[in-house]
Amino acid sequence: MTVYAAPGTEGAIASFRPRYDHWIGGEYVPPANGQYFENPSPVTGRTFTEVARGDADDIDRALDAAHGAAPAWGRTSVTERAIILNKIADRMEEHLEELAVAETWENGKPVRETLNADLPLAIDHFRYFAGAIRAQEGSISEIDGDTIAYHFHEPLGVVGQIIPWNFPILMAVWKLAPALAAGNAVVLKPAEQTPTSILYLMELIADLLPPGVVNVVNGFGAEAGKPLASSSRIRKIAFTGETTTGRLIMQYASQNIIPVTLELGGKSPNLFFSDVAAAHDDYYDKALEGFTMFALNQGEVCTCPSRALIQSDIYSSFLADAVARTEAIKQGNPLDTDTMIGAQASNDQLEKILSYFDIGRAEGAKVLTGGHRAELEGDLAGGYYVTPTIFEGKNEMRIFQEEIFGPVVAVTEFAEFDDAIKIANDTLYGLGAGVWTRSGADAYRAGRAIEAGRVWTNNYHAYPAAAAFGGYKGSGVGRENHKMMLDHYQQTKNLLVSYSPNKLGFF
Amino acid sequence: MSDDVRPTPAPVTGSPAARVAVTDDAAALLVRLRDKHGELMFHQSGGCCDGSSPMCYPDGDFITGDADVHLGDLAISAAEAGSFTVPVWMRRNQFEYWKHTHLTIDVVPGRGAGFSVEAPEGVRFLIRSRLFTDDEWERLEAIGA
Repeated sequence: MTVYAAPGTEGAIASFRPRYDHWIGGEYVPPANGQYFENPSPVTGRTFTEVARGDADDIDRALDAAHGAAPAWGRTSVTERAIILNKIADRMEEHLEELAVAETWENGKPVRETLNADLPLAIDHFRYFAGAIRAQEGSISEIDGDTIAYHFHEPLGVVGQIIPWNFPILMAVWKLAPALAAGNAVVLKPAEQTPTSILYLMELIADLLPPGVVNVVNGFGAEAGKPLASSSRIRKIAFTGETTTGRLIMQYASQNIIPVTLELGGKSPNLFFSDVAAAHDDYYDKALEGFTMFALNQGEVCTCPSRALIQSDIYSSFLADAVARTEAIKQGNPLDTDTMIGAQASNDQLEKILSYFDIGRAEGAKVLTGGHRAELEGDLAGGYYVTPTIFEGKNEMRIFQEEIFGPVVAVTEFAEFDDAIKIANDTLYGLGAGVWTRSGADAYRAGRAIEAGRVWTNNYHAYPAAAAFGGYKGSGVGRENHKMMLDHYQQTKNLLVSYSPNKLGFF
Repeated sequence: MSDDVRPTPAPVTGSPAARVAVTDDAAALLVRLRDKHGELMFHQSGGCCDGSSPMCYPDGDFITGDADVHLGDLAISAAEAGSFTVPVWMRRNQFEYWKHTHLTIDVVPGRGAGFSVEAPEGVRFLIRSRLFTDDEWERLEAIGA
C-alpha cells in the first residue's frame, strides 16, 4: 500500500502551478480578457490552482497558431511523426507516477486506476497510432488497362477537439494521437472540471512537438467551446459528452459543412446468463467482478455497466453475491493505492446522482445497498463521495434509462434469451454492453443481437488500442481507439489518371 | 445529509396540468442570465458526462424540430425585468421514458460542462423529478399533453 502525498504538501511527486494560462504556440499565453477560474480538487473540495478563462479571442489566437503550424506538420513524413508520437509515449512513461497523481488530484479517481489504466492506456495509444500511421497505405483502383485511380491520405488541416472530464488525459489522447498521426494541427478544449491535467502533460512534452501543433484553450463551454465548435477555421470537430451538446455541435458543424465525430454516452446493459453460476469457480468470481465494474471510476464512464440483467433462475443467489462484492468496495482517499473508489468529479455531479436516488425511490425501485452520499472524515470531508449503489427495479424506470454517471447500477431479471436481448436493446443508447456466459454460442448470438458498438464478452471495461470503440443509436458517430479513426482525421485525395493516348471521341 | 430531503413542488391543482416548473433560485438566476444573453431556452440532455441535465441556451441557438417535444414554458415574473417565459424542450424519444414524471428545474453550486450559459456563474441547473399524481396524469391525458 502506498499513500501519495497530496500535491502542494511535503513529499508530493506532482506539483501544480498556482495559475495556468492557455497553451498556444508551444508556450503559456495569458487569456486575452485577463480572467481566470478556480479549479477545486474533488478529493477535498478545495481549490488548488486557477486556470485561464478563455473566450473567442483566445480560440482565435490558438487557431492562428494551429494554422501557422499545420502546413509544415502535415508535410512531415509519417516516419517523423511516428518517432515523435513514440517519444511522447516514452516521456509519459518516465513520468507515469507523477501524471497519475496529478490526474487523480484533479479528477478525484483512485490513483490505482490512473497508475494502472488511464496512463498506461494513454501511453500505449500514442504507440499504437505511431505504428498505425507507418503501416497505413493508400490504394489503387485499376479502372481499365489505361486508367488508374490513386488514393492518397491527406491531413484535414486544423481540427477542434472538446474533451470530457472523466478521463482527462486518456480522452484527450484518444483524440490527439490519431489527429497528430494523420498530420493535423489541433485546438483542444478540456472540460472545465479538469482543465489542468492536460496542461501538465503539454509542459512535459513541450520540446517534442513543433510549436502550434497542439494548442490548449481552457474555459467554459458557452465562452470557449462554442467559438471553437462553430469556427469556420476548423476542418473537423470531435466531441465526447452528452446528447444535447452533441446535437448542438452537429448543428454548428452543418453551418461550416465539416465532419464531426461524437461519443455521447450510454446506458450499457450487462447480461448474466444462468450458466454463469454453474460452478463457483474462478469464472464465477470474474463474473461478479464484471458486475461490480459499475463502480469503476466512480461510475463516471460512458460505458458504465449501469444496467445488470440477470437470468431468473440465478437471480437471487447471484445478486446476493453481487451485493456482497459491492459492499466490499473500499472507498477513501483517492491517493491511497488500496482505495477502489474515489470522489465524484464535481459538486453538481454529486447533486445529480442524489437527485436520481430520489426519483429511483419514487418510482418504486428498491435500494439493495448504498443509496446515499458517503461522509468521509478529515481532509476528505469536503469531497464529493457517493456510496456504491444497487437498485432493483424495472427497465422502464428512469434509473434504467438515463445515464446517472455515478456508481449506481439498476438490476432486473430476464426469463430467457429473447427477453434478455429485448430488455438490453430497450434504450436510446448503444455504446457498450456486457455478456457473461460459459456458452460460446450464446455469447456470440447475444453479442451480435445487442445494438451496441462494443460488446464485452466475459470481460468488461477493457479499452485496448486496436479494439474499435463507438456508439450505435444515440451514442454517437465514429470509432475511436482503432486505426479506422485515422479516416476521421484525413481527406481522401483521388488522382484519376489516364495513360491512354486516344481521345474519348465525344468532341 | 445521507438521506437527502429534497424540495418537492406542490402538485398543480385547478389549473392546466404542467409538466415543468422552476424553483425560486433557478428563476432568479434566469432573470440574471436573460439580462446577459437575451431570451433563453432549455433543452434536456441525456447521455454521458454532463448529460441528464437541462441545458440553457440563448433562445434559438439550439435548433429544435420534429425530433423534439415542447414540454412547456417556465413563466418567470421579476419586478424589474417584467415577465417572460422560457421554453423547455426534450428529445421526443427521450420523452417516452420521462413522460410520467414532473420536472422542476433547480440550481446547485457546481461546474457543468456543455455549452449551458449558467456554468461560468459557478452554478449548474439540475432537474428534480417526481411522479405525476393520478389526478394530474388524467388531466394531462385529457388535454393530450
